[in-house]
Amino acid sequence: MASSIRVRAIAGGETTEVQTLIQHPMDSGFVKDAKGEFIPAHFIQELSFEYDGRKVFVADWGTAVSKDPYVKFSFKGGNKGDDLKVSWIDNKGGTDTATVKIQ
Amino acid sequence: MTTPDNGFPARRRLILKGAGTVALAGLGIVSFSRANAVAAANDRYPEDAFRQKDEKEAIKLLYGRTAEPSDKVKLDAPEIAENGAVVPISVSTTLTEVTSIAFVVPENPNVLAAYYRIPPGTMPNVANRLKMAKTTNVTVIVEAAGKLYSATKEVKVTVGGCGG
Repeated sequence: MASSIRVRAIAGGETTEVQTLIQHPMDSGFVKDAKGEFIPAHFIQELSFEYDGRKVFVADWGTAVSKDPYVKFSFKGGNKGDDLKVSWIDNKGGTDTATVKIQ
Repeated sequence: MTTPDNGFPARRRLILKGAGTVALAGLGIVSFSRANAVAAANDRYPEDAFRQKDEKEAIKLLYGRTAEPSDKVKLDAPEIAENGAVVPISVSTTLTEVTSIAFVVPENPNVLAAYYRIPPGTMPNVANRLKMAKTTNVTVIVEAAGKLYSATKEVKVTVGGCGG
């Protein structure tokens, strides 16, 4: 199965810029389907980024984060070719992980 | 009337109701419960804060105190969002020792949208995309050196992001 996680991490000077796009419905639980019934909430709660054995960024999300969420951040350090580990867990216990090379 | 399934276990709701009662009970107990909430928010998903319907309550649960507006916090949001389902919002700040950044959308059913933990060495800049039910203020809260700073901007939403 193709990964739900797309990450581009680019080292530039003293920092590494990380852009992430995840495929996820991010259903809020407030939207009704065609039958008029609420679509149950289904959303990523925690997304974390690990570099060199430590967490460099953790996103805690609620239902107001858009479908197929996007997030961008930067951290100090990071070299071309180093690993960056990305993982998420949603409110139904679903999870995915990806490790990418910093470019 | 049907209640939407928010996906949170019922046990959490009980705890939340309990927390509300405690908050009313007295000042001493309030500070105790706040201390717990703040400690919890630092290392695990702040579930109770994400369930809040009121901006002030969400911030209290998350941080245990209130934020002061600061021109050192730069919130970038569109003035008009044609599609409330995807509104790009970003924040940057010149403040140092930033430990967290939170996005609050007061007109949404659950006001806390996102909470980002910023460890030492990570830049205090975040960009993300949020849903907005209707025209609303967006507030970003930056926790720096133990204090809270905020910036607010109104986003006019043409089509709401909650569907239905």
